[in-house]
Amino acid sequence: MSKVRVLVGTRKGAFILTSDGKRQNWEVSGPHFGGWEIYHMKGSPADPNRIYVSQTSGWFGQQIQRSSDGGKTWEAVENKFAYSGTPGTHLWYDGTPHPWEFKRVWHMEPSLTDPDTVYAGVEDAAIFKTADGGKSWEELPGLRTHATGNKWQPGAGGMCLHTILLDPKDPNRIFIAISAAGAFRTDDGGKTWKPINRGLHSQYIPNPTAEVGHCVHRIAMHRSKPNVLFMQKHWDVMRSDDGGDNWREVSGDLPTDFGFPIDVHAHEPETVYVVPIKSDSEHYPPDGKLRVYRSKSGGNEWEPLTKGLPQQDCYVNILRDAMAVDSMDSCGIYFGTTGGQVYASADSGDTWAPIVRDLPAVLSVEVQTLK
Amino acid sequence: MIRVVLPHHLRTLAGVGREVQIEVPGTVTQRSILDALEASFPTLRGTIRDHDSAQRRPLVRFFACEEDWSNEAPDKPLPDAVAFGREPFFIVGAIAGG
Repeated sequence: MSKVRVLVGTRKGAFILTSDGKRQNWEVSGPHFGGWEIYHMKGSPADPNRIYVSQTSGWFGQQIQRSSDGGKTWEAVENKFAYSGTPGTHLWYDGTPHPWEFKRVWHMEPSLTDPDTVYAGVEDAAIFKTADGGKSWEELPGLRTHATGNKWQPGAGGMCLHTILLDPKDPNRIFIAISAAGAFRTDDGGKTWKPINRGLHSQYIPNPTAEVGHCVHRIAMHRSKPNVLFMQKHWDVMRSDDGGDNWREVSGDLPTDFGFPIDVHAHEPETVYVVPIKSDSEHYPPDGKLRVYRSKSGGNEWEPLTKGLPQQDCYVNILRDAMAVDSMDSCGIYFGTTGGQVYASADSGDTWAPIVRDLPAVLSVEVQTLK
Repeated sequence: MIRVVLPHHLRTLAGVGREVQIEVPGTVTQRSILDALEASFPTLRGTIRDHDSAQRRPLVRFFACEEDWSNEAPDKPLPDAVAFGREPFFIVGAIAGG
Protein backbone atom coordinates (compact mmCIF):
# COMPACT_ATOMS: atom_id res chain seq x y z
CA MET A 1 0.00 0.00 0.00
CA SER A 2 1.22 3.50 -0.71
CA LYS A 3 2.46 5.75 2.03
CA VAL A 4 2.92 9.48 2.31
CA ARG A 5 5.82 11.26 3.98
CA VAL A 6 5.56 14.99 4.67
CA LEU A 7 8.82 16.87 5.29
CA VAL A 8 8.29 20.00 7.36
CA GLY A 9 10.98 22.63 7.91
CA THR A 10 10.35 25.06 10.78
CA ARG A 11 12.06 27.92 12.58
CA LYS A 12 13.18 25.52 15.29
CA GLY A 13 13.80 22.17 13.66
CA ALA A 14 12.63 19.59 11.12
CA PHE A 15 9.65 17.28 11.46
CA ILE A 16 8.67 14.23 9.42
CA LEU A 17 5.02 13.18 9.28
CA THR A 18 4.01 9.81 7.87
CA SER A 19 0.69 8.22 7.06
CA ASP A 20 -0.73 5.44 4.97
CA GLY A 21 -2.58 6.16 1.75
CA LYS A 22 -5.76 7.12 3.59
CA ARG A 23 -3.94 10.10 5.10
CA GLN A 24 -6.11 10.18 8.20
CA ASN A 25 -3.72 9.16 10.97
CA TRP A 26 -0.30 10.75 11.14
CA GLU A 27 2.84 9.88 13.00
CA VAL A 28 5.11 12.79 13.83
CA SER A 29 8.87 12.39 14.14
CA GLY A 30 11.06 15.22 15.38
CA PRO A 31 12.30 17.72 16.07
CA HIS A 32 15.34 16.81 14.04
CA PHE A 33 18.12 19.43 14.41
CA GLY A 34 16.14 21.05 17.25
CA GLY A 35 16.64 24.78 17.61
CA TRP A 36 18.02 25.27 14.08
CA GLU A 37 16.12 26.95 11.28
CA ILE A 38 15.22 24.41 8.62
CA TYR A 39 14.64 26.44 5.50
CA HIS A 40 13.93 23.46 3.29
CA MET A 41 14.11 19.69 3.09
CA LYS A 42 13.38 17.61 0.03
CA GLY A 43 13.65 13.98 -1.02
CA SER A 44 15.19 12.67 -4.21
CA PRO A 45 12.65 11.54 -6.81
CA ALA A 46 15.21 8.94 -7.91
CA ASP A 47 15.66 7.52 -4.39
CA PRO A 48 13.01 8.65 -1.90
CA ASN A 49 15.10 7.53 1.07
CA ARG A 50 17.67 10.16 0.15
CA ILE A 51 16.63 13.44 1.76
CA TYR A 52 18.54 16.72 1.78
CA VAL A 53 18.10 19.40 4.43
CA SER A 54 19.13 23.03 4.63
CA GLN A 55 19.86 23.69 8.31
CA THR A 56 20.83 27.25 9.22
CA SER A 57 21.49 29.47 12.19
CA GLY A 58 22.16 33.16 12.62
CA TRP A 59 24.87 32.16 15.10
CA PHE A 60 26.57 29.20 13.47
CA GLY A 61 25.83 29.51 9.75
CA GLN A 62 24.86 26.91 7.21
CA GLN A 63 24.76 23.14 7.47
CA ILE A 64 23.58 20.62 4.90
CA GLN A 65 22.28 17.32 6.23
CA ARG A 66 21.66 14.20 4.20
CA SER A 67 19.72 11.06 5.01
CA SER A 68 19.93 7.80 3.09
CA ASP A 69 17.26 6.00 5.12
CA GLY A 70 14.22 8.22 4.82
CA GLY A 71 15.10 10.52 7.70
CA LYS A 72 15.96 7.99 10.42
CA THR A 73 19.63 8.96 10.51
CA TRP A 74 21.50 11.99 9.20
CA GLU A 75 24.95 12.87 8.02
CA ALA A 76 26.33 16.41 7.80
CA VAL A 77 27.87 16.99 4.38
CA GLU A 78 29.79 19.94 2.93
CA ASN A 79 28.56 23.33 4.11
CA LYS A 80 30.90 25.54 2.08
CA PHE A 81 29.20 27.55 -0.65
CA ALA A 82 31.88 29.69 -2.28
CA TYR A 83 30.92 32.01 -5.11
CA SER A 84 32.92 31.44 -8.25
CA GLY A 85 35.65 34.04 -8.88
CA THR A 86 35.40 37.53 -7.43
CA PRO A 87 31.72 37.93 -6.55
CA GLY A 88 31.34 41.66 -7.25
CA THR A 89 28.33 43.64 -6.11
CA HIS A 90 24.56 43.85 -6.40
CA LEU A 91 22.38 46.71 -5.22
CA TRP A 92 21.50 47.13 -1.56
CA TYR A 93 18.09 48.30 -0.32
CA ASP A 94 19.20 51.93 -0.63
CA GLY A 95 20.40 51.46 -4.18
CA THR A 96 24.13 51.48 -3.37
CA PRO A 97 26.46 48.65 -4.49
CA HIS A 98 26.78 45.87 -1.93
CA PRO A 99 29.16 42.91 -2.05
CA TRP A 100 27.70 39.49 -2.71
CA GLU A 101 27.72 37.55 0.60
CA PHE A 102 26.54 33.99 1.16
CA LYS A 103 23.96 33.84 3.95
CA ARG A 104 21.96 30.60 3.69
CA VAL A 105 20.42 27.97 1.46
CA TRP A 106 16.74 28.62 0.84
CA HIS A 107 15.84 25.73 -1.42
CA MET A 108 17.22 22.31 -2.34
CA GLU A 109 16.11 20.65 -5.56
CA PRO A 110 17.30 17.08 -6.06
CA SER A 111 17.76 15.86 -9.62
CA LEU A 112 14.88 13.92 -11.13
CA THR A 113 17.18 11.05 -12.07
CA ASP A 114 20.28 10.99 -9.85
CA PRO A 115 20.11 10.95 -6.03
CA ASP A 116 23.62 12.41 -5.75
CA THR A 117 22.84 15.48 -7.84
CA VAL A 118 21.15 18.41 -6.14
CA TYR A 119 20.72 22.08 -6.93
CA ALA A 120 20.74 24.63 -4.10
CA GLY A 121 19.27 28.12 -4.28
CA VAL A 122 21.02 30.50 -1.92
CA GLU A 123 20.95 34.01 -0.47
CA ASP A 124 22.61 36.22 -1.78
CA ALA A 125 21.08 34.89 -4.95
CA ALA A 126 23.00 32.19 -6.76
CA ILE A 127 22.54 28.56 -7.74
CA PHE A 128 24.93 25.81 -6.68
CA LYS A 129 25.11 22.17 -7.68
CA THR A 130 26.52 19.01 -6.15
CA ALA A 131 27.05 15.85 -8.16
CA ASP A 132 28.50 13.82 -5.29
CA GLY A 133 25.67 13.78 -2.79
CA GLY A 134 26.67 17.02 -1.08
CA LYS A 135 30.39 16.33 -0.54
CA SER A 136 31.16 19.44 -2.59
CA TRP A 137 29.17 22.33 -4.03
CA GLU A 138 29.99 24.35 -7.12
CA GLU A 139 28.29 27.46 -8.29
CA LEU A 140 26.72 27.69 -11.74
CA PRO A 141 28.07 31.24 -12.09
CA GLY A 142 26.36 32.11 -15.36
CA LEU A 143 23.28 33.16 -13.42
CA ARG A 144 24.86 35.51 -10.89
CA THR A 145 27.18 36.97 -13.51
CA HIS A 146 24.32 37.73 -15.90
CA ALA A 147 24.66 41.26 -17.26
CA THR A 148 21.82 42.41 -15.01
CA GLY A 149 23.31 40.87 -11.82
CA ASN A 150 24.78 44.12 -10.52
CA LYS A 151 21.27 45.64 -10.67
CA TRP A 152 19.54 42.97 -8.58
CA GLN A 153 18.15 44.09 -5.22
CA PRO A 154 16.93 42.12 -2.20
CA GLY A 155 13.28 41.78 -1.29
CA ALA A 156 12.21 42.25 2.32
CA GLY A 157 13.26 38.67 3.14
CA GLY A 158 16.71 39.03 1.58
CA MET A 159 18.01 38.46 -1.93
CA CYS A 160 17.12 34.81 -2.09
CA LEU A 161 16.96 32.27 -4.87
CA HIS A 162 13.93 30.38 -3.62
CA THR A 163 12.48 28.45 -6.56
CA ILE A 164 14.17 25.84 -8.75
CA LEU A 165 12.08 23.90 -11.28
CA LEU A 166 13.68 21.13 -13.32
CA ASP A 167 12.06 20.45 -16.68
CA PRO A 168 11.17 16.73 -16.74
CA LYS A 169 11.25 16.68 -20.54
CA ASP A 170 14.49 18.59 -21.09
CA PRO A 171 17.38 18.00 -18.65
CA ASN A 172 19.10 21.16 -19.90
CA ARG A 173 16.20 23.42 -18.99
CA ILE A 174 15.88 24.86 -15.46
CA PHE A 175 13.67 27.68 -14.21
CA ILE A 176 14.59 29.70 -11.12
CA ALA A 177 13.18 32.71 -9.31
CA ILE A 178 14.83 35.34 -7.16
CA SER A 179 13.32 37.92 -4.82
CA ALA A 180 13.51 40.58 -6.06
CA ALA A 181 15.23 40.06 -9.40
CA GLY A 182 12.58 37.92 -11.09
CA ALA A 183 12.48 34.66 -13.01
CA PHE A 184 15.28 33.23 -15.15
CA ARG A 185 15.67 30.20 -17.41
CA THR A 186 18.60 28.21 -18.68
CA ASP A 187 18.40 26.01 -21.78
CA ASP A 188 21.96 24.73 -21.60
CA GLY A 189 22.13 23.04 -18.20
CA GLY A 190 22.99 26.18 -16.27
CA LYS A 191 25.81 27.70 -18.32
CA THR A 192 23.78 30.69 -19.50
CA TRP A 193 20.56 32.20 -18.21
CA LYS A 194 18.05 34.68 -19.48
CA PRO A 195 15.47 36.74 -17.60
CA ILE A 196 11.92 35.58 -18.33
CA ASN A 197 9.85 38.44 -16.96
CA ARG A 198 8.02 39.79 -20.02
CA GLY A 199 4.43 40.52 -19.11
CA LEU A 200 5.11 41.10 -15.42
CA HIS A 201 4.01 44.48 -14.12
CA SER A 202 5.32 45.67 -10.75
CA GLN A 203 4.19 49.11 -9.72
CA TYR A 204 6.68 49.32 -6.87
CA ILE A 205 9.78 49.51 -9.11
CA PRO A 206 10.92 52.53 -11.14
CA ASN A 207 10.11 50.84 -14.46
CA PRO A 208 7.12 48.55 -13.79
CA THR A 209 7.87 46.39 -16.85
CA ALA A 210 11.66 46.23 -16.42
CA GLU A 211 13.60 43.18 -17.58
CA VAL A 212 14.57 42.42 -13.95
CA GLY A 213 13.57 43.69 -10.50
CA HIS A 214 10.26 41.87 -10.02
CA CYS A 215 9.53 40.27 -6.67
CA VAL A 216 8.53 36.79 -7.78
CA HIS A 217 7.40 34.77 -4.77
CA ARG A 218 7.00 31.33 -6.30
CA ILE A 219 6.66 29.44 -9.59
CA ALA A 220 5.01 26.05 -10.12
CA MET A 221 4.59 23.65 -13.03
CA HIS A 222 2.90 20.37 -13.80
CA ARG A 223 5.26 17.60 -14.86
CA SER A 224 3.25 16.80 -17.99
CA LYS A 225 3.27 20.41 -19.23
CA PRO A 226 6.62 21.98 -18.39
CA ASN A 227 6.00 24.91 -20.73
CA VAL A 228 3.03 26.01 -18.64
CA LEU A 229 4.18 27.93 -15.58
CA PHE A 230 2.15 29.50 -12.80
CA MET A 231 3.58 32.33 -10.71
CA GLN A 232 2.61 33.97 -7.47
CA LYS A 233 4.24 37.37 -7.68
CA HIS A 234 4.41 39.88 -4.80
CA TRP A 235 1.09 41.06 -6.19
CA ASP A 236 -0.53 39.22 -9.13
CA VAL A 237 -0.96 35.58 -10.05
CA MET A 238 0.53 35.01 -13.49
CA ARG A 239 0.63 32.29 -16.12
CA SER A 240 2.97 31.50 -19.00
CA ASP A 241 2.26 29.04 -21.82
CA ASP A 242 5.65 29.32 -23.46
CA GLY A 243 8.21 28.42 -20.81
CA GLY A 244 8.25 31.87 -19.28
CA ASP A 245 8.86 33.87 -22.46
CA ASN A 246 5.56 35.69 -21.93
CA TRP A 247 3.32 36.03 -18.90
CA ARG A 248 -0.28 37.09 -18.47
CA GLU A 249 -2.21 37.82 -15.33
CA VAL A 250 -4.73 35.19 -14.16
CA SER A 251 -5.63 36.68 -10.77
CA GLY A 252 -9.22 36.95 -12.01
CA ASP A 253 -11.72 36.94 -9.17
CA LEU A 254 -9.32 36.31 -6.27
CA PRO A 255 -10.14 38.45 -3.21
CA THR A 256 -6.51 39.63 -3.18
CA ASP A 257 -3.73 38.53 -5.48
CA PHE A 258 -0.93 38.98 -2.94
CA GLY A 259 0.45 35.75 -1.53
CA PHE A 260 3.43 33.45 -1.37
CA PRO A 261 2.92 29.78 -2.39
CA ILE A 262 1.37 28.41 -5.56
CA ASP A 263 1.08 24.78 -6.63
CA VAL A 264 -0.51 22.55 -9.26
CA HIS A 265 -2.67 19.44 -8.79
CA ALA A 266 -0.74 16.20 -9.37
CA HIS A 267 -3.11 14.88 -12.05
CA GLU A 268 -4.88 17.96 -13.40
CA PRO A 269 -2.44 20.37 -15.04
CA GLU A 270 -5.00 23.20 -15.12
CA THR A 271 -5.92 22.95 -11.43
CA VAL A 272 -3.95 25.49 -9.42
CA TYR A 273 -3.87 26.45 -5.73
CA VAL A 274 -2.97 29.74 -4.02
CA VAL A 275 -3.50 31.18 -0.54
CA PRO A 276 -4.47 34.85 -0.81
CA ILE A 277 -2.91 37.12 1.81
CA LYS A 278 -4.36 40.52 2.63
CA SER A 279 -1.50 42.72 1.47
CA ASP A 280 2.25 43.27 1.46
CA SER A 281 1.81 45.31 4.65
CA GLU A 282 -0.50 42.83 6.39
CA HIS A 283 0.78 39.29 5.99
CA TYR A 284 -2.33 37.39 7.05
CA PRO A 285 -5.50 36.13 5.38
CA PRO A 286 -8.22 38.68 4.60
CA ASP A 287 -11.01 38.92 7.20
CA GLY A 288 -9.27 36.41 9.50
CA LYS A 289 -10.44 33.55 7.24
CA LEU A 290 -7.89 31.01 6.06
CA ARG A 291 -8.94 30.13 2.55
CA VAL A 292 -7.11 28.20 -0.13
CA TYR A 293 -8.29 29.23 -3.58
CA ARG A 294 -8.48 26.68 -6.37
CA SER A 295 -8.80 27.32 -10.07
CA LYS A 296 -9.76 24.39 -12.28
CA SER A 297 -9.35 26.45 -15.41
CA GLY A 298 -5.68 27.39 -15.15
CA GLY A 299 -6.48 30.72 -13.53
CA ASN A 300 -8.97 33.60 -13.68
CA GLU A 301 -11.88 31.71 -12.12
CA TRP A 302 -11.13 30.80 -8.51
CA GLU A 303 -13.18 29.11 -5.78
CA PRO A 304 -12.54 29.40 -2.04
CA LEU A 305 -11.83 26.14 -0.19
CA THR A 306 -12.80 26.54 3.43
CA LYS A 307 -14.10 23.24 4.80
CA GLY A 308 -11.97 22.38 7.84
CA LEU A 309 -9.94 25.60 7.74
CA PRO A 310 -10.40 28.30 10.41
CA GLN A 311 -12.91 30.89 9.22
CA GLN A 312 -12.53 33.41 12.00
CA ASP A 313 -9.70 35.04 13.92
CA CYS A 314 -6.99 33.41 11.83
CA TYR A 315 -3.94 35.61 11.24
CA VAL A 316 -1.19 33.24 10.14
CA ASN A 317 0.90 33.47 6.99
CA ILE A 318 1.83 30.72 4.55
CA LEU A 319 5.37 31.08 3.25
CA ARG A 320 6.46 30.45 -0.31
CA ASP A 321 7.96 26.98 0.14
CA ALA A 322 5.23 25.79 2.49
CA MET A 323 2.79 24.15 0.06
CA ALA A 324 3.08 20.80 -1.70
CA VAL A 325 0.99 18.08 -3.33
CA ASP A 326 1.21 14.29 -3.22
CA SER A 327 0.57 12.05 -6.21
CA MET A 328 -1.94 9.62 -4.73
CA ASP A 329 -4.94 8.83 -6.96
CA SER A 330 -6.96 11.32 -4.96
CA CYS A 331 -4.46 14.16 -4.91
CA GLY A 332 -3.41 15.43 -1.48
CA ILE A 333 -2.66 19.10 -0.88
CA TYR A 334 -0.59 20.25 2.10
CA PHE A 335 0.44 23.59 3.52
CA GLY A 336 2.10 24.86 6.68
CA THR A 337 1.53 28.12 8.52
CA THR A 338 3.59 30.53 10.54
CA GLY A 339 1.36 29.48 13.44
CA GLY A 340 2.78 25.96 13.34
CA GLN A 341 -0.13 24.10 11.80
CA VAL A 342 0.19 21.80 8.81
CA TYR A 343 -3.14 21.38 7.03
CA ALA A 344 -3.84 18.57 4.60
CA SER A 345 -6.58 17.69 2.19
CA ALA A 346 -6.82 14.17 0.79
CA ASP A 347 -9.48 15.16 -1.74
CA SER A 348 -7.85 17.85 -3.88
CA GLY A 349 -8.78 20.63 -1.46
CA ASP A 350 -12.48 19.95 -0.90
CA THR A 351 -11.97 19.25 2.82
CA TRP A 352 -9.08 20.01 5.15
CA ALA A 353 -7.81 18.99 8.57
CA PRO A 354 -4.69 19.85 10.55
CA ILE A 355 -2.30 16.91 10.59
CA VAL A 356 -0.17 18.60 13.24
CA ARG A 357 -0.96 21.90 14.86
CA ASP A 358 1.57 23.17 17.37
CA LEU A 359 4.92 23.17 15.61
CA PRO A 360 7.23 26.18 15.42
CA ALA A 361 6.54 28.52 12.50
CA VAL A 362 6.58 26.46 9.30
CA LEU A 363 9.08 27.52 6.63
CA SER A 364 8.67 24.68 4.16
CA VAL A 365 6.54 21.65 3.33
CA GLU A 366 7.41 18.91 0.87
CA VAL A 367 5.61 15.62 0.25
CA GLN A 368 6.85 12.23 -0.85
CA THR A 369 4.47 9.60 -2.18
CA LEU A 370 6.05 6.23 -1.37
CA LYS A 371 5.22 2.83 -2.77
CA MET B 1 45.47 18.30 26.15
CA ILE B 2 43.53 21.49 25.58
CA ARG B 3 39.98 21.66 26.92
CA VAL B 4 37.34 23.38 24.83
CA VAL B 5 33.77 24.09 25.94
CA LEU B 6 31.30 24.26 23.07
CA PRO B 7 27.85 25.88 22.91
CA HIS B 8 24.81 23.59 22.84
CA HIS B 9 24.18 23.63 19.08
CA LEU B 10 27.79 22.86 18.20
CA ARG B 11 27.84 19.97 20.67
CA THR B 12 24.83 18.38 18.99
CA LEU B 13 26.29 19.05 15.57
CA ALA B 14 29.63 17.43 16.46
CA GLY B 15 27.97 14.72 18.53
CA VAL B 16 30.02 15.47 21.65
CA GLY B 17 29.47 16.51 25.26
CA ARG B 18 29.89 19.93 26.82
CA GLU B 19 33.67 19.80 26.79
CA VAL B 20 36.08 18.25 24.31
CA GLN B 21 39.80 17.63 24.71
CA ILE B 22 42.12 18.05 21.76
CA GLU B 23 45.83 17.98 21.00
CA VAL B 24 47.08 21.38 19.85
CA PRO B 25 50.56 21.38 18.35
CA GLY B 26 52.89 24.38 18.96
CA THR B 27 51.88 27.60 20.63
CA VAL B 28 48.35 27.54 21.97
CA THR B 29 46.41 30.39 20.36
CA GLN B 30 42.83 30.91 19.27
CA ARG B 31 43.84 30.02 15.73
CA SER B 32 45.72 26.84 16.67
CA ILE B 33 42.84 25.68 18.89
CA LEU B 34 40.28 26.26 16.15
CA ASP B 35 42.49 24.57 13.56
CA ALA B 36 42.80 21.50 15.77
CA LEU B 37 39.12 21.56 16.70
CA GLU B 38 38.02 21.68 13.05
CA ALA B 39 40.46 18.93 12.13
CA SER B 40 38.99 16.71 14.84
CA PHE B 41 35.38 17.64 14.10
CA PRO B 42 35.03 18.62 10.41
CA THR B 43 31.31 19.39 10.79
CA LEU B 44 32.34 22.45 12.82
CA ARG B 45 34.07 24.03 9.82
CA GLY B 46 32.33 27.27 8.96
CA THR B 47 30.28 27.35 12.18
CA ILE B 48 32.72 29.31 14.37
CA ARG B 49 34.66 31.25 11.75
CA ASP B 50 34.35 31.88 8.05
CA HIS B 51 35.62 29.12 5.76
CA ASP B 52 37.92 31.38 3.77
CA SER B 53 38.64 34.55 5.74
CA ALA B 54 38.79 32.73 9.13
CA GLN B 55 36.95 35.73 10.62
CA ARG B 56 35.00 34.89 13.77
CA ARG B 57 31.27 34.70 13.09
CA PRO B 58 29.60 37.81 14.51
CA LEU B 59 27.48 36.04 17.15
CA VAL B 60 30.25 33.78 18.42
CA ARG B 61 32.58 34.86 21.25
CA PHE B 62 35.73 33.38 22.82
CA PHE B 63 36.55 33.43 26.53
CA ALA B 64 39.63 32.28 28.47
CA CYS B 65 40.22 32.62 32.20
CA GLU B 66 37.09 34.77 32.56
CA GLU B 67 38.29 37.26 29.97
CA ASP B 68 36.77 38.02 26.57
CA TRP B 69 39.33 37.14 23.91
CA SER B 70 36.97 37.60 20.98
CA ASN B 71 38.69 40.66 19.60
CA GLU B 72 42.24 39.66 20.39
CA ALA B 73 44.63 38.75 17.57
CA PRO B 74 44.06 35.10 16.61
CA ASP B 75 47.77 34.31 16.96
CA LYS B 76 48.21 35.84 20.44
CA PRO B 77 49.26 33.10 22.89
CA LEU B 78 46.48 32.16 25.30
CA PRO B 79 47.08 32.09 29.09
CA ASP B 80 49.15 29.23 30.49
CA ALA B 81 46.10 27.94 32.38
CA VAL B 82 44.45 27.18 29.03
CA ALA B 83 47.68 26.01 27.37
CA PHE B 84 48.29 23.50 30.17
CA GLY B 85 44.68 22.33 30.35
CA ARG B 86 43.88 23.71 33.80
CA GLU B 87 41.18 25.99 32.36
CA PRO B 88 39.00 25.42 29.29
CA PHE B 89 38.78 27.68 26.26
CA PHE B 90 35.14 28.74 25.95
CA ILE B 91 33.35 29.12 22.62
CA VAL B 92 30.08 30.89 23.32
CA GLY B 93 27.03 31.67 21.24
CA ALA B 94 25.92 35.23 21.93
CA ILE B 95 22.73 35.55 23.96
CA ALA B 96 20.51 37.15 21.35
CA GLY B 97 17.46 36.44 19.26
CA GLY B 98 14.47 34.23 20.00
